[in-house]
Amino acid sequence: MQVLPAGPDALLVELPLPAEVPLLYADVCRDLTCADLVPGARTLLLDGVADLDAARDYLAAWVPAGGSADRVGPVVELPTTYDGADLDDVARRWGMTRAEAVATHSGAEHTVAFVGFAPGFAYCTGLPPELSVARLDRPRARVPAGAVGLAGEYTGVYPTASPGGWRLVGRTEARLWDADRDEPALLTPGTRVRFVEVTG
Amino acid sequence: MSRALTVLDAGPLTTVQDGGRRGYAHLGVPRSGWLDAPAARLANRLVGNVAGAALAETTVGGVTFRAEAALTVAVTGAEADVLVDGRGAAWGEPISLPAGAVLRVGPARRGVRSYVAVAGGLDVPPVLGSRSTDRLSGLGPPPLADGQVLPVGPGRRPHPLDVPRVAVTDGVLRVAEGPREDWVRGGARRLVENAWTVAPDSDRVALRLAGPPLDRARSGELPSEGLVLGAVQVPPDGQPLVFLADHPTTGGYPVIGVVALDDLWQCAQLRPGESVGFRHVAG
Repeated sequence: MQVLPAGPDALLVELPLPAEVPLLYADVCRDLTCADLVPGARTLLLDGVADLDAARDYLAAWVPAGGSADRVGPVVELPTTYDGADLDDVARRWGMTRAEAVATHSGAEHTVAFVGFAPGFAYCTGLPPELSVARLDRPRARVPAGAVGLAGEYTGVYPTASPGGWRLVGRTEARLWDADRDEPALLTPGTRVRFVEVTG
Repeated sequence: MSRALTVLDAGPLTTVQDGGRRGYAHLGVPRSGWLDAPAARLANRLVGNVAGAALAETTVGGVTFRAEAALTVAVTGAEADVLVDGRGAAWGEPISLPAGAVLRVGPARRGVRSYVAVAGGLDVPPVLGSRSTDRLSGLGPPPLADGQVLPVGPGRRPHPLDVPRVAVTDGVLRVAEGPREDWVRGGARRLVENAWTVAPDSDRVALRLAGPPLDRARSGELPSEGLVLGAVQVPPDGQPLVFLADHPTTGGYPVIGVVALDDLWQCAQLRPGESVGFRHVAG
């Protein structure tokens, strides 16, 4: 673990393994007082830390203890229609038929690694690294809310319509973001996500 | 008549701002909130508001309101002519507006953003606990529009005395070490050694700077990581930017420094073309 400076009341913690980020996030949420905790791909940002010295001591003593059932996040199922404009292209990149690509994506258990880009936009890991796909060379001017896309090692679902460069494989009717709900984001860091194929 | 301000002329960009919506960065929600915090807090104090009351933040061009009831207001931040029904009124002091009076805040004489506080605060519906307009994500109320009626909350008795601060930017930003200083050749020292000017595309998201491009010391991608307010980020073009209240919660370009919180108000008031320098401080 590396603890990097990030201003007067913040620390950026870089972890050796991406899988350790959700573990540290859950532990720091429980044990330290911070204004904001922002998981990234390999990092956890502790921002507005009440006691920096205590936080440094805590981090120095922290060991990842993962895997037990009480440490994993809730499961959210996203009914997904796999009819995205880039599905055939993704299947070809994966060396699969369209049906095999859908089975591969919906068969994986995905986990929200972090949320960024837009409110409620979750970066979900779960596909094996060899299935990483590059972003589109030219982003689309408008991607509709609910579109399910792939970029790099991540699956993401657009919470609201926006420009976007992810390769679209499907869409879900699930409401990803609603600022009036008690929990505005459906997908939060650590949530496990299953994309359940809807046909017809 | 109900306590309200009607927007007669919204100016080029006037938004509602309060202390912002912290605590949602893990959901991708920017913190938002007023850019020149000392000026905004002063305006609220002058009209007797609680510290987090929502007020109006202008951008260079000013704003005109009509008071629909007798209201107390104050203008701070960027200095501007203040007129009530066409007659000069005080900048940086409480002003009593009779019902029907027109308050005009002129274009900023220097600086960028003036703050117009009203006793009781602008009572638009909060989103995630804040009434701030977030220009990045679109959360909060849209920018003010001509003809819009802004409800105003119940007022309290103003403080008897406060001292308006005529703050003059010196363009020097204190910067502490950032997490990815080693990604730029020469590190944060290069920020300090060079002279910068404010780029015209600066906004509530970032103060964008122009100067000799900073060279990357290492190539490759930086996986997305959390960003703090005041982070000095270096995109591929080597022109650094200082992230302000509407900054994205995560980013993939290296952050080589962090501007001191007490200097961020200057970023709210520096105009395109003005000079910016950095002074290194311990983190």
